[in-house]
Amino acid sequence: MFEVLQYEFMQNALLAGLLASVACGIIGVYVVVKRVVFISGGIAHSSFGGIGLGYYLGIHPVLGAMFFAMAGALSMGLVTRRTRLPEDTAIGILWAMGMALGIIFIGLTPGYAPDLFSYLFGNILTVPAFDLTLMIVLDGIIILLVSLLYKEFLLISFDEEFSKVSGVPTERLYLLLLGLIALTVVVLIRVVGIILVIALLTIPAAMARQFTYKIKTMMLLAILFGTIFTFSGLWLSYLLDLASGATIILVSGVALFISFGINKLRSKVRNHG
Amino acid sequence: MAQEVVKLDNIWVHYDGIPVLEEVSLSIEANAFLGIIGPNGGGKTTLLKVILGLIKPSRGKVTVMGQTPEKGRKSIGYISQHNLFDRDFPINVFDVVLMGRYAKSGIFRRYTEEDRRIATDTLKSMGMLEYRDRQIGRLSGGEQQRVFIARALVTDPKLLLLDEPTASIDPNMQAEFYELIDSLKERMAIVLVSHDMSAVSIYVEDIACLNHRLFYHGSKEISADELEKTYHCPIQIIAHGTVPHRVLREH
Repeated sequence: MFEVLQYEFMQNALLAGLLASVACGIIGVYVVVKRVVFISGGIAHSSFGGIGLGYYLGIHPVLGAMFFAMAGALSMGLVTRRTRLPEDTAIGILWAMGMALGIIFIGLTPGYAPDLFSYLFGNILTVPAFDLTLMIVLDGIIILLVSLLYKEFLLISFDEEFSKVSGVPTERLYLLLLGLIALTVVVLIRVVGIILVIALLTIPAAMARQFTYKIKTMMLLAILFGTIFTFSGLWLSYLLDLASGATIILVSGVALFISFGINKLRSKVRNHG
Repeated sequence: MAQEVVKLDNIWVHYDGIPVLEEVSLSIEANAFLGIIGPNGGGKTTLLKVILGLIKPSRGKVTVMGQTPEKGRKSIGYISQHNLFDRDFPINVFDVVLMGRYAKSGIFRRYTEEDRRIATDTLKSMGMLEYRDRQIGRLSGGEQQRVFIARALVTDPKLLLLDEPTASIDPNMQAEFYELIDSLKERMAIVLVSHDMSAVSIYVEDIACLNHRLFYHGSKEISADELEKTYHCPIQIIAHGTVPHRVLREH
């Protein structure tokens, strides 16, 4: 089975899996502890509008997605903070509007939209070199900003009111965090696709949370789990000839349930022993 | 005369056109130990948030340490009704207290050795140093309260604001809590708000009643008439009991 590793497409796939795991390991922890899973889903889905725009204008769809994800993050953040619209209502509306725009743009584009399915559900085996470079750059931005603003992000995640009183520019940092979620979505699109992004943003972090109560350790563990899931999902999909994105998600989900189960059993044993 | 830490001048706050605070004026001096009591929904938390600059009054002027609340609030230690925070949040006691030092360090800076030393000393003075590595949710309500007080104290505030501080504490720990607060009153002004008059009135020096309007007495002897104005219901005063008022009937 190891001879497959000689192929460039396989090496690229592994690199893409690793880069995706770094982004979702770091940002996924904030998504989980700050409980912004739904807004992250909204950002991911609204980026579909950018995929459509990319086809329509003849530019790279991932760049269109990046623009839309950032715009979606900013507008969802501002609408949920500054208007009286309930947060989940606002997210649901922008979520669907982004997707609707994508469909309209694709409809307006003459001819057939190649690879459309891979943007929706991912295809880690066909990640082009340009996308890999983009993923490296975005990972770099994420690592840099999180290490510079680690204590600020911790403050706004734990207690927004106190952070505001302490002088943290709370709303701006919240918007920045949503922006980083948007970048993470872009990193993950090629691996698991827009529809499945939310699973990789939550599962590795949720699993890591069972083993530690330190944010930094949680991030490192989440990166490790994400890497294990993408690599084993990739290997299984290759072996069984299944869709890679979906296989990665199912492997992650099953692993999470098993680890929840083991934890439950362990605490039962502890309570009775 | 002692220095004035907070001045509220004819404050009005409306939510959707409905007044929550009406014509509230209050002056808090540097050595004050004030209890504000009033029914739930009477505007107690709103009043604290006005002082902190988290809510802008629709009318009136707020001064904190002679400045706007946004500038002056770095001299305030604030302890919110913290029963809202996520008990499972992955953070330990020491890091919660260290957060309090943000006001002194600012954006992009790392916490210094001095910040860590102050956090350690403050935890020690609250008797919580042995729990420094414990996840915050794995403490009792009273222990969590001490951690949040430590977080408020690390900036050496001139004013401590406590919102319903005893709500999350076991009733037989409340005396201990008030003694702790009492030990701080030499160092700063203290304002605590509560709907539970019984405990508050034993320890604080001054009492004000708040139900949209503020009735300030300057001492803790409140007449039945004044209490009735606050609670809008007949109240019986019992001079030294642990239950100083009783609601007599529906109204």
